[in-house]
Amino acid sequence: MLKKKKAAEGYRVPLFDRVFKPELITLPNGHTVLRPRSRTPLLTVVIVAVIWASIQLTGFDLGIIVRRGYQFTFILKQIFQPNFSYFPKVISPLMDTIKMSILGSVLGATLALPFSVIASTNINRNGWSVAALRFLLNIVRTLPTLIIAKFAALIFGLGTFAGTMAITVFTFGVVSKMMYEAIETIDMGAFEAMESAGGNKFQAFWTACFPQILPTYLSYCLYSLEMNIRAAAILGYVGAGGLGLLINERIGWRDYNGLGMVLLALFVVVFIIENTSQYLRRKLS
Amino acid sequence: MAKKTNKMLADRPLSIEEAYEARPRLWWLYTLILLIVVSLLTWSGTAVEFKGFAKKGIEVAKGVGYGLIHPDKNLLFNLTSEGVPYQLFQTVAIAVLGTLIGGVLAVPFSFLASDKIVPRWVAFITNAVILVIRTIPSLVWALVWIRVTGPNAFCGVVTQSVCSIGMISKMYITAIADIDTRILESLDASGCTTFQKIRYGILPQIIPNFISTVIYRFDINVKDATTLGIVGAGGIGAALVQCINSSRWSMVGAYLCGMVVLMLVIEFFSTRIRNRLTRG
Repeated sequence: MLKKKKAAEGYRVPLFDRVFKPELITLPNGHTVLRPRSRTPLLTVVIVAVIWASIQLTGFDLGIIVRRGYQFTFILKQIFQPNFSYFPKVISPLMDTIKMSILGSVLGATLALPFSVIASTNINRNGWSVAALRFLLNIVRTLPTLIIAKFAALIFGLGTFAGTMAITVFTFGVVSKMMYEAIETIDMGAFEAMESAGGNKFQAFWTACFPQILPTYLSYCLYSLEMNIRAAAILGYVGAGGLGLLINERIGWRDYNGLGMVLLALFVVVFIIENTSQYLRRKLS
Repeated sequence: MAKKTNKMLADRPLSIEEAYEARPRLWWLYTLILLIVVSLLTWSGTAVEFKGFAKKGIEVAKGVGYGLIHPDKNLLFNLTSEGVPYQLFQTVAIAVLGTLIGGVLAVPFSFLASDKIVPRWVAFITNAVILVIRTIPSLVWALVWIRVTGPNAFCGVVTQSVCSIGMISKMYITAIADIDTRILESLDASGCTTFQKIRYGILPQIIPNFISTVIYRFDINVKDATTLGIVGAGGIGAALVQCINSSRWSMVGAYLCGMVVLMLVIEFFSTRIRNRLTRG
């Protein structure tokens, strides 16, 4: 009876409760209530099954770590004793990495702005174009940066240009997703006022909406710059310029002290840029 | 000038024109920001020069386009260990185990890093360790662990377990900092034991947050697991890069299609679950 009543109100009984019927409890005062069955047993079974399957698929074996763990501490020890005489060779790729990420972030974020405006439902009333554009943006976002960099290195040749392109594409995907979500939360009153006062859509957006989203936009740009510095550091592994080239080379030669130096330089740069950007983002909000 | 307008503000309400005249003028700040941005851009532009397409660049671009339109259907629905489904499952398996272990390992880290609970110097040291873990790129972790485990999927699991600690514990720490301690006082007043206080006062506050964090990280880890294969740490990346290097574009297309579909599905479900967790 309860089910019927709920169904009448437009409440859909979850599949779980339809399979495992709720328990009927009679209270001391004669009333009856339905208690839904606990979902915990089913969840436990599913989770255990997933973990078991994952262990089978990956050949999980803690014994290896116990037996060969000394190798790891051996390498780690060397990484923590950086070879400082290697520093002069690190500078130029490090600068390349920073330059790649700055230029890529700016290009990607600039490209993202018009696309995110078109992909937000409150500005663009055409449902089909919004859905198509969002699907496209989703696909761009799902491609891993390293794979994009690999393609870029093959298409544009080895070097920093390929890395910049990869970072541009990556930033474009991330920033436009975050931006269209931000644009959908803004206050549209001013936009409508501008339109009814005779402005066209672009004018209305520029004067009424743009000032509202600008701080968010800049904050997202800085955030993506933070991420990109980290990402750019490994792009060299597939030949897209920057620190990754050195990282790959040092590991190939088993020169872990040199690797330590590269990582230390990266650490310092990431630390400085992250703190500056977080300071600026706090100011913006 | 500025002082004068301030005085006017205090005396009487301004007309629109006056208010417009008295608006804050920050042109020097804007110019400064513009200068900094432009100089940064020109500086970073020096490293990046377009040298035209690579010799086979156009061919590669055409190949990728062709492959995406004509993915190798044989490979796409092949259920042996060569096929796309198996590779995808392995990638997800790496991410599942890596995220779970990372999520568990991050718990002690995050408690040791919040100065609400431990002395300040302990929190500082733990935070430094977390920062170091976060800065070392996952690819480097993988390359280091390969020396221990050999190039297989297990290496990916270990790598992701370590890498995940950084971000997960950072988000755990904010969850712990947001705990409402007044509830503990009221539990105290009603005579609860320490265990009961933790069970009914702390856990209900942080568990949804922790699960949400882990699911979010799972999203990232699946994406990461696809790239770890490039260095030989299992997952779909290894096969994909081999196909790219040998220019078998329809196979590349098949792998890419599989990856995109997998990622879209996982993102869809993880967003739904996380939305439900935050709404309670």
